[in-house]
Amino acid sequence: MSLTFIIAAIVTIVGLTTPILLAALGELVVEKSGVLNLGVEGMMLIGAISGFAVTVITGNPWLGVLGAAAGGAVASLTFAVLVLQLNSNQVATGLALTIFGSGLSSLLGLSFTGRIIPVFGSIFPASLARDPILKVFFGYSPIVYFAIFMVFVVGWFLRSTRAGMILRAVGENDLSAHSIGYSVVGVRYGAIAFGGAMAGIGGAYFTMVITPMWAEGMTAGRGWIAVALVVFAGWRTGRILAGAYFFGVLMALELYAKAAGFSFLPSQFWAAMPYLMTIVAIAFISAREKTGSSAPACLGKPFLASS
Amino acid sequence: MRIKLEKRLNPSVFMLVATPIASVLLTMLIGLIVFDALGIDGIRAVTDIFFTPLLAAYKWQDVAVKAAPLVIIALGISLGNRAQVWNIGAEGQYIIGALAAAGVAMAFGTTGGFFVITLMIAAGVLGGAFWGAIPAWLRVNYRVNEILSSLMLTYVAIQVLGYLIGGPWKDPNGRNFPQTAPLAPDQTLPILFPGTTIHLGVAIAFVLPFVFWVLTARSVFGFQIRVVGSAPDAARHGGFNTRQTIWMTLVISGAMAGLAGALELSGALRNINLGFPSGYGFTAIIVAFLGRLHPIGCLIAGIVLAVTYVGGQVAQTSVHIPNSTAGIFQAMMLFFILASDIFVRYRVRLVGRPGKAAAVEAGE
Amino acid sequence: MGKLSRRNFIGAAGAAATLPMLGGPAFAKEKMKVGYVFLGPIGDYGWTWAHNKGRKQVESELGDQVETIYVENVAEDASAIPVMRDLVHQGCKIIFTTSFGYMDQTIQVAKEFPDVKFEHCTGYKRAKNVATYNSKFHEGRAVLGTIAGKMSKSGTLGYLGSYKVPEVVLGVNAFALSAQKQNPAATVKLVMIDSWFDPPKEAAATETLINIGCDIVTTHTDSPGPLQILEQRGLYGFGQGADMSQFAPHAHLTAIEDIWGPYYVERVKAVLDGTWKSADTWDGFKEGTVKIAPYNKAVPADVRALADAVQAGYKNGTYNIFTGPIYDQAGKLRVKAGEVMADKDLAVIDWFVKGVESAA
Repeated sequence: MSLTFIIAAIVTIVGLTTPILLAALGELVVEKSGVLNLGVEGMMLIGAISGFAVTVITGNPWLGVLGAAAGGAVASLTFAVLVLQLNSNQVATGLALTIFGSGLSSLLGLSFTGRIIPVFGSIFPASLARDPILKVFFGYSPIVYFAIFMVFVVGWFLRSTRAGMILRAVGENDLSAHSIGYSVVGVRYGAIAFGGAMAGIGGAYFTMVITPMWAEGMTAGRGWIAVALVVFAGWRTGRILAGAYFFGVLMALELYAKAAGFSFLPSQFWAAMPYLMTIVAIAFISAREKTGSSAPACLGKPFLASS
Repeated sequence: MRIKLEKRLNPSVFMLVATPIASVLLTMLIGLIVFDALGIDGIRAVTDIFFTPLLAAYKWQDVAVKAAPLVIIALGISLGNRAQVWNIGAEGQYIIGALAAAGVAMAFGTTGGFFVITLMIAAGVLGGAFWGAIPAWLRVNYRVNEILSSLMLTYVAIQVLGYLIGGPWKDPNGRNFPQTAPLAPDQTLPILFPGTTIHLGVAIAFVLPFVFWVLTARSVFGFQIRVVGSAPDAARHGGFNTRQTIWMTLVISGAMAGLAGALELSGALRNINLGFPSGYGFTAIIVAFLGRLHPIGCLIAGIVLAVTYVGGQVAQTSVHIPNSTAGIFQAMMLFFILASDIFVRYRVRLVGRPGKAAAVEAGE
Repeated sequence: MGKLSRRNFIGAAGAAATLPMLGGPAFAKEKMKVGYVFLGPIGDYGWTWAHNKGRKQVESELGDQVETIYVENVAEDASAIPVMRDLVHQGCKIIFTTSFGYMDQTIQVAKEFPDVKFEHCTGYKRAKNVATYNSKFHEGRAVLGTIAGKMSKSGTLGYLGSYKVPEVVLGVNAFALSAQKQNPAATVKLVMIDSWFDPPKEAAATETLINIGCDIVTTHTDSPGPLQILEQRGLYGFGQGADMSQFAPHAHLTAIEDIWGPYYVERVKAVLDGTWKSADTWDGFKEGTVKIAPYNKAVPADVRALADAVQAGYKNGTYNIFTGPIYDQAGKLRVKAGEVMADKDLAVIDWFVKGVESAA
């Protein structure tokens, strides 16, 4: 196994991982604020089509990414209004958002099927980006670097900033956060919109980077893997990065095993692995809960303050 | 909290019934406006999606066959939701139920008849119950959130299906297409009205809501579920066992989804292919909410959702809107019903404490 | 991963419908209606897209006599039955059901409506009013294999498949055998992705094939995604089902185009004339059902000549890639020298030829 082989495999894994990583980072912040949004798949699809559509119309992929973020955020605000203002059930509202997003994206996408768009150029000189060895660092779309950058931003935000501390407080104990005077609803609005924007960019990675085109249902269930990833990672930023790459490696392994002619495990086994491992992971995390877990205490529960 | 609500809600039972209807009407109105804005004949589209399946007699069988699994699954889901137990993995339980039934059918070769069909359905119920029991076990013993575990298990179930129908259970005469062999004629449910597709499972789906209604209204278990759901602390004082409630609701809702899968296999689809997981388990969640978690409400809501599916394809040929539009309508209905939920309660609170706004109850 | 993908999250099996045709006979000069049952969305840029193009050709050529109706996203299960019934209720006199999974349903509905003609694509069950039709896609694969075998530097070719169904097995074998005619050492690496449509997975699988040494990759899945990957890598590939050159102007050497239009026009005309008969049609180059898209300028003249010769051979009936000797993966002689595999054997093939490297 040569170095270039390994590097090429890494490049594939990065491609498989980035959209999940982006969506999961967004969902992490949402869940840290105490809200469970199961609409990730729907927001990704809306981001995928909005990013693509904006790029078709403007010819500028950077504007496309902004469009994707905006599309995802707007979609998430539908969820936010229902959940925060009207205290609707989060699970049901999230599912409705996913159904809505997949329907709306295919309706919006009708006039964009078969269109092509300009793609991102490399942000590094071609000598670095195309080098068979160095491309492992320099050969990616700008969105990949953005995703990695956001791992650190989100980690730093949650751990070291005052706003992040408030957000965690809201997720851990909304009533006391409220009584101290923080706006629980306001914080959650922000978190949900951020989650939507990140899912939107994650969706756009499919339509703007991996295969720059639009087709109905393009995200093919990756939004659910992102939801799983947050749990798998035990609501910790660093582990989301590691977990995303772990899932990416699993997906790539399936393909490499097949290409190499191995058939010792059915492909469905590989596909089921992320979900199975997530179940095992939450069992471990939850069992240790007494020692203080990372699962936000208010996750999924409505905020019941009377003001 | 809930009990408090119910006491105050007496005058507002009307609202509980009226809001789902209003949600459907509002969905139609918005659909009409949006379609017109998109340059599509809005009135025709809305008529075709919501009314044609009800007005055209020959569509009734399609609505009935489509409603059956939705109603059955929603009954189980509602039961759990009333106890604040969230099974969102019904899709997976539905799949495992169907696979279990298919396994039994295969074990009997081409032998069929009453005994084999009964056994298939029993296997479906057990299969679904087993898949529902896993989140229950994880929640009770490891405090694993059942929302997440049941959802994850759905995706595992889809892979189990893919493996079985593409591997050991592949139809030997199917030219390698990933699907099971069709059931033998004697392994399928009887058709109730000759010349239609209405099978015995449809009748079961129409009877079960009444059985559930009686059981949940009259039995101690039904009361226990309501108490555990609305006032866990009170439930503990009253000697009700929360763990047992979690087990029971998840196993029962799994069993119902499994039953729906077995009936769908033996009554309607007759073999399992990759398209078998068609989302009934998720749509049934909408049904449960639209039906206000009431057994009879589930029956009516199941029919409404079935109408939108059937009507969605009517509209496809008449006004050429894409198939996905039905999903937008279904999601809108759910949005409205979820939103209206609070308006019902809010009104009630206003009566109690006039002038106080934004006093908000637990949404369900 | 989400098998919920293509059929959509809620894209449940659906009963289709149309408005009841009340008092239809009142219109004396009503156009004859032609129905289509589609598997995917017409915007899939693949299988259904190609069938829809055929439907449009019927509209444009016979539009003064017929009207076409289609239903998309119809699941391949019993729920297709009401869809077909509805097309009949709406007055369709001929209905094309365009995917293998509608086979038993088509037969069943056809039994109920003996006066309506049905045409089932890629199936093998027929009746008095049910015809079957299919395309010899593998003839096109023989052209692609010829080009790939000649142009590949590594001699290692990639094939991205969906499932091990006869259509795909034939495609793989025709591709491998043709490549080996140009380069006896050529091998074909095969990856089945267990889906007809999953662009991210198709892309990753393509990258995997590239990484293990394939410099030309052909796909038997529906999206142009793999071509876009090849374009990014400066390698070559082929379009599937349609000319996809707009997605990959450099990588797209050519494409197999599915041309259903002429067949649809012919069969609809036959119903209009009253000459329609049930038949099993398996057309290829000769009848125009398989077409090769324009070559990329990267294809050298000598390679074009070879590729053209294969096409010409199929058109005049002098060429068949499934001519012995053919050995299977284990090296066992399956077809003796000089023998030609019969269509009926091709239709059920489930083994790969020598030089195909695959899992299972």
